[in-house]
Amino acid sequence: MTALLARDLRLALRSGGGAATALLFYLAVVVAMPFAVGPNAELLATIGGATLWIGALLAGLLGLERLFQTDHEDGSLDQMMLSPVPLPAQVFVKSLAHWLVTGLPLTVMVPVFGLFLGMQETAIAASIATLLVGTPAISFIGAVGAAVTVSLPRGGLLLSVLVLPLCIPVLIFGVGAIRAAVTEPDPFLPPFLLVTAISLFFSVLGPFASAYALRQGLD
Amino acid sequence: MRLQIENLSVKRGEELVLSALSFEVQQGRALIVRGHNGAGKSTLLRAIAGLLPHESGRILIAESPPEFAAASVPQLCHYLGGDNAMKAAMSVGENLKFWRDFSGQTHLEIDEALDIVGLDGLQTVPFAHLSTGQRRRIGIARLLVNYRPIWILDEPTSGLDAASEEQFAALMNVHLEDGGLIIAATHVPLGLESADELELSEVSVEGNH
Repeated sequence: MTALLARDLRLALRSGGGAATALLFYLAVVVAMPFAVGPNAELLATIGGATLWIGALLAGLLGLERLFQTDHEDGSLDQMMLSPVPLPAQVFVKSLAHWLVTGLPLTVMVPVFGLFLGMQETAIAASIATLLVGTPAISFIGAVGAAVTVSLPRGGLLLSVLVLPLCIPVLIFGVGAIRAAVTEPDPFLPPFLLVTAISLFFSVLGPFASAYALRQGLD
Repeated sequence: MRLQIENLSVKRGEELVLSALSFEVQQGRALIVRGHNGAGKSTLLRAIAGLLPHESGRILIAESPPEFAAASVPQLCHYLGGDNAMKAAMSVGENLKFWRDFSGQTHLEIDEALDIVGLDGLQTVPFAHLSTGQRRRIGIARLLVNYRPIWILDEPTSGLDAASEEQFAALMNVHLEDGGLIIAATHVPLGLESADELELSEVSVEGNH
């Protein structure tokens, strides 16, 4: 299992891997936002949390297409099916590796990107917290989409269409929690805990659904 | 140990490719699956390895070795298909080390396995830099770093030169002597000392109509 994690991390960090691309894409989204909003610092700060979340969601989807596709193309997926390690556990590890090279770096970069967006310290802190617990859900939900589209050429578009609607609750409560952190009477904890719950729920359901889809998609 | 196939039927899409196929392979024996293109050779091999669902029938192991007592049929199988299951971005050594750590029942060291396939000293070379034949030989080395009694080989010698073919034949004979069993689909003679044959053409005719 650690072997699989180590291999996926190594591949992601090598040239042609997805890690740097996702981070650059995230940077591009965040940097483009002030230009789109125009010279209104207050508005920019208000929508800062939303921008960070939309960026994280789209950047997270970027590399997902390749999550199982490369293994399918070079025959590794066949070998994974023959492994004594249960397939859902393998999917969990691959999703975790995806999060470690996309979700986690994006979260770590929030203090910098939050400054670009003129956000307050509390909002930045809340963004870090919600992205930390919320981005795993993107990887785990995305794994299901990746498994369903594994043998389709140009499956990436279908994957986004499948995965984005399922990620909407994470987005709603994630951004909601950030807004609640800076708006006085609204409590931060309930939406934050809901995001956490969604992540935990999909960290269990995702690997099993994904493994089922992979087995059905054998050809 | 015996591998028993009983009344195996496999569909691809709506078409029945294999229908009610029954045979048995004994320990230490090799079965060569023959048939024209599209006869269902690869389908049969993938179905045995559990890589394709079967419509009906059973795939059983009788008297499985003690170290594999709890394993399912796919976990007893090494499958060498058209692809070598190696990552182009990683070195030969990294690739083999991954499969060795991942697939359980570790057998030969990576150096030894590479030595046997005649590619010793290539550990640090990226897999992408190898020729087709060399890649195949690394794929064959993968069969050696973990021990699995059943080798399922789909055109195993494609891309190999005459010397490597001979080397691979010797390797298969050793595997059979050690009590393994081999099921291979091929058009060319593999150089096995003794092998049973299964002709798939009739099955395919039934399947097509």
